[in-house]
Amino acid sequence: MTIALETRNLEKSFGGLRVTRDLSLKVMQGARHALIGPNGAGKTTVINQLTGVLTPNSGRILLEGHDITGLSVHRRVLRGLSRTFQINQLYADLTPLETIGLAVSERMGRGGDWWRRMGTRDDVNAEIAELLSRFHLLDVMTELTSTLPYGKQRLLEIAVAIAAKPRVLLLDEPAAGVPESERHDILAAVAALPRDVTVLLIEHDMDLVFSFADRISVLVNGGLLTEGAPDEVARDPQVRAVYLGEAADA
Amino acid sequence: MASILTNLFDGVAYGMLLFVLACGLAVTLGLMNFVNLAHGAFAMAGGYICAVLVNNSGWPFFAALPLAFIGSAAIGIALERTLYRHLYSRSHLDQVLFSIGLVFMSVAAVDYIMGSSRVFIKLPAALEGQIDLFGVGIGRYRLMIVVICGLLTLGLQLILAKTRFGSRLRAAVDDPRAASGLGINVPQVFAFTFAFGCGLAGLGGALSAEILGLDPYFPLKFMIYFLIVVTVGGSSSITGPFLASLLLGIADVAGKYYVPKVGPFVIYTVMIVILLWRPNGLFGRTAAR
Amino acid sequence: MTALSDVSTHAMASARCRISEVAFWVLALACAFLFPSRYLIMTDIVRLGLFALSLDLILGYAGIVSLGHAAFFGVGAYSAGLLALHGIINEPVIALVAAGLVAAVLGFLTSFLVIRGVDLTRLMVTLGIALLLEALAERFSDITGGTDGLQGIEMQPVLGLFAFDMFGRTGLFYSLVVLFILFLLARRVVHSPFGLSLRAIKNNPLRAAAIGVPVNRRLIAIYTLAAFYAGIAGALFTQTTALASLDVFSFERSADLMLVLVIGGTGYLYGGLIGAVVFKMLQELFQSITPQYWLFWIGLVLVVIVMVGRARIHRWVLFVPNLIIRQLAGRKAAVAVPESDAS
Repeated sequence: MTIALETRNLEKSFGGLRVTRDLSLKVMQGARHALIGPNGAGKTTVINQLTGVLTPNSGRILLEGHDITGLSVHRRVLRGLSRTFQINQLYADLTPLETIGLAVSERMGRGGDWWRRMGTRDDVNAEIAELLSRFHLLDVMTELTSTLPYGKQRLLEIAVAIAAKPRVLLLDEPAAGVPESERHDILAAVAALPRDVTVLLIEHDMDLVFSFADRISVLVNGGLLTEGAPDEVARDPQVRAVYLGEAADA
Repeated sequence: MASILTNLFDGVAYGMLLFVLACGLAVTLGLMNFVNLAHGAFAMAGGYICAVLVNNSGWPFFAALPLAFIGSAAIGIALERTLYRHLYSRSHLDQVLFSIGLVFMSVAAVDYIMGSSRVFIKLPAALEGQIDLFGVGIGRYRLMIVVICGLLTLGLQLILAKTRFGSRLRAAVDDPRAASGLGINVPQVFAFTFAFGCGLAGLGGALSAEILGLDPYFPLKFMIYFLIVVTVGGSSSITGPFLASLLLGIADVAGKYYVPKVGPFVIYTVMIVILLWRPNGLFGRTAAR
Repeated sequence: MTALSDVSTHAMASARCRISEVAFWVLALACAFLFPSRYLIMTDIVRLGLFALSLDLILGYAGIVSLGHAAFFGVGAYSAGLLALHGIINEPVIALVAAGLVAAVLGFLTSFLVIRGVDLTRLMVTLGIALLLEALAERFSDITGGTDGLQGIEMQPVLGLFAFDMFGRTGLFYSLVVLFILFLLARRVVHSPFGLSLRAIKNNPLRAAAIGVPVNRRLIAIYTLAAFYAGIAGALFTQTTALASLDVFSFERSADLMLVLVIGGTGYLYGGLIGAVVFKMLQELFQSITPQYWLFWIGLVLVVIVMVGRARIHRWVLFVPNLIIRQLAGRKAAVAVPESDAS
C-alpha cells in the first residue's frame, strides 16, 4: 500500500498559540480515513495547511510522495488534492451548470480559454452532464446556486470537488447543517465515491464517521492523540475521556 | 546648516498641520471603517469660515480659529446624522461614490459662492516675518502652527488615554456590540467623534490657508495627502498618523527644496511601496482587520 | 443522451446573440446617420462608453475597484498624440493599436501591485498610480507639453482613405467601428470559460483557487486587457480631438467613469454604453442650466444614487431602461441589477 497524503512534523502557531503540534499523519491510498477531534482541536487549521491556504511554520506535506508544502492552492488542486467546504462557499450568482463547468474546464486546462464560447467542447459537456446527473442536479442546473435548497447545495459542493478528478479528497463536514430529510442523499453520495479516490473525512458526526471510515485519527489540542481502526479508537479510554469530557462541558 | 534646520522646521510645521487636517480621517477610516474621501471638504469649510470672519467681518485671526472648528464640526454632525450614518455598513464602493459626490458638490458650491481664485486670510502683524533662534531663521507663523498643533496632539492623546470619553470610544471601536451591551451609546460616540474630527479638519483648514493655499479645489488637491497620512500611518492609534504626517511633511518640503525637479511623484511612489510592503500601514497592526 | 444536449444548449445560452442586442446597435448606427449636427457629442459618448466598458471588465466581472482608471486612458492619449506629432506611426488605426498596447504594458506591470491588496489598498494604489503619471507628465513637460498639452497634432486619414473632417463625421464613424469591434471582443471574452472564471473569482477568490483557478494569473490578464481598452479610448480621444493635455489623467475623469458605470450598471457590458449616453445627456442638461457648476449636479447625482441605493435606483428610477437591460443581459434580473456590494 502506498501513502496518498502525508504530513511530517507539521507545526503552526498563531502568535504564541500552537494550533498544530508536531502532527505526522499518513493517509493510505484508497483509504476512508477520518480525522476527528473536539471543537477547537485544530482540524480546520490542518485542512487549511493541507490545501495551501495557510503555510505551516515548519514540517512537510507530501502528496503521493511529492513535497507540495510550497505549492499554491490551485496547483495542489491540479496535482489531485481537492476539498469541500464545511460552510457553504459556493458561488451565489452562478448556476450549478456554470460552477461544475468551471471546475471541469480548469481541470482540463481549458479554464483560460478566452476566445472559445462556453458549451462548445463536447468532452467538457459530457463530463458536466455526467456529474450533474450523478449528483441529482440536472433539474436545477440553470437555477442560481443561492436559490437552491441546502441539501442540493451540499451535493453541488461535493460534485465540484469531484469535478477536479482528485486522487485525494478532503471532505470537511459534508453533512453539517443538512436537514434530516435531505441527509440521505448526501450520505449516499459520499458512500458512492469511487474507491480509487482516497478520502480524508473531517467530521463531528460520530454516526457518519463510524459508518464510513476504515481508519480514524483523533486530534486534540493540535496534536495527534491516537490513531487506529474504528473499533480500537472507540474502545480507547483516552478518546472516551476527551469526548465524554466535551459532552459534560456542553 | 542653518537652511537645513529651517527646512526641517518648515517640514515639521507642515507635517503637524497635515496631522491636524487628517486625524479626523484616521478616526472615520480606521475606527469606523468608512472611506470618507470628502474629509478635505470639512477642512475647506473651516478655511472659508475663518477667511470670511477675518477678511469681511473684521474678526481677529485668533478669535476666528475656534469658529472655524465649531463651524466645521457643526456641518460634520449635521451630515453625519442625516447622511453618513446610513452608509457605515455599506460597501467601500458605495462609500467612495458617495463621498466623491460630496466633494464635487462642495467644490462647485464654494466656487459659486466664493469664486474660484485663491483666498488669503489677513494675518495679524505679530505672525509675519521670521525670528532668529540660535542662528536658525524660523517663520513666526510656522512656529505658531507647531505650538498649536503640538498642543492639540498632546490634548488628543490625553483625551483618548485618560478621559471617560476616550475609554468609551476605544471600547466602541474594539467591539461595537459589546460596548452597546455595556450601556455605551455607540452611535452617539461615533457622531461626536466624527464631528470632532471634522472640527479639527476645519481648524487645520483655517491654519493651512497661508501655507497650502485655499481655493475651491482644496478637497481634491489634498485628498491624496490625507489618505497617505492615514494609510501609511495605520489607523490603530493616533501615533502612527502623527509620525506619518511628520515624515510626509519633512519629505515633501525637503523634496521641493532640494530636488524640485523630481516633483511630487516621490511621495506617490513611496506611498505605493509602503502599501505593498505593509498593507496595514507602517505603524499599523500587522494582523488583518 | 438528452442530458448532454441539454447541457450544451444551456451552457451556450448566455452567449447567444439576442434581437435586442441587434436592435441596440442598429439604433446606435441610426443615430449616427440621423443627427449629423451632433457628431461631436456622439463621438464623446462613444469614447466614454468604450472607457466605461473597460472599467466594467475589471469592476463588473473581476470585482476590482479602481479610482485611477484614467491612468491608462491618459497613457493611451499621450501615446497616440506623440506617435502622430512626431510622425512615428502616421496611420491612425495602427497608432491606435500601438497606443492601446502601451497602456496594456503599463496595465500588466501595475497589475502586480493591484492584485495584492484588499479593496482599500487597491483604491489607494490605483489612485496613486494615476496621480503619479499625472505628476510625471507635468514634470517631463518637454515631452508632454506640460500644462499646455500636446500642440499641433495633425491626423492622417484613417487607413489612408477617410480624412478627419471638421464636422467630426469621420471621427464618429471611426470611433463607432472601433467600439463595435472591441465590444464584440469583450463579449466573446466574458462568455468564455475565462470570463466564467472571473465571475467565480469576484464571487469568492479563495473558493476559486480551491477548484483550481489560478486567481492571480486571471486577474492580471483581465487587468491588462482592461488597460488596453482604456488606452484605446484615450487614443481615440486624442485622435478625434487632436488634443492631449494633463487632465486626461485627472481624478475627476476616473470619478466620472465610476458614475457612468453606476448609472448603467455593471457586469453585463452594455452598462457602460447606456451609462455613457445618460451621463452625457445629464451633462448637457446641467451645463445648459449652470455652465460652470455642473460638477455640483454630478456630485448630487452620485450622492442621491448611493443614498437611495444603487440596486433600488435601477429597479425604480430606471424602470424603462431596466427593461432594455434585462433584454440585453438575457440573464436573470439579479445579474442585470448592479451588484449591491462589490467589496
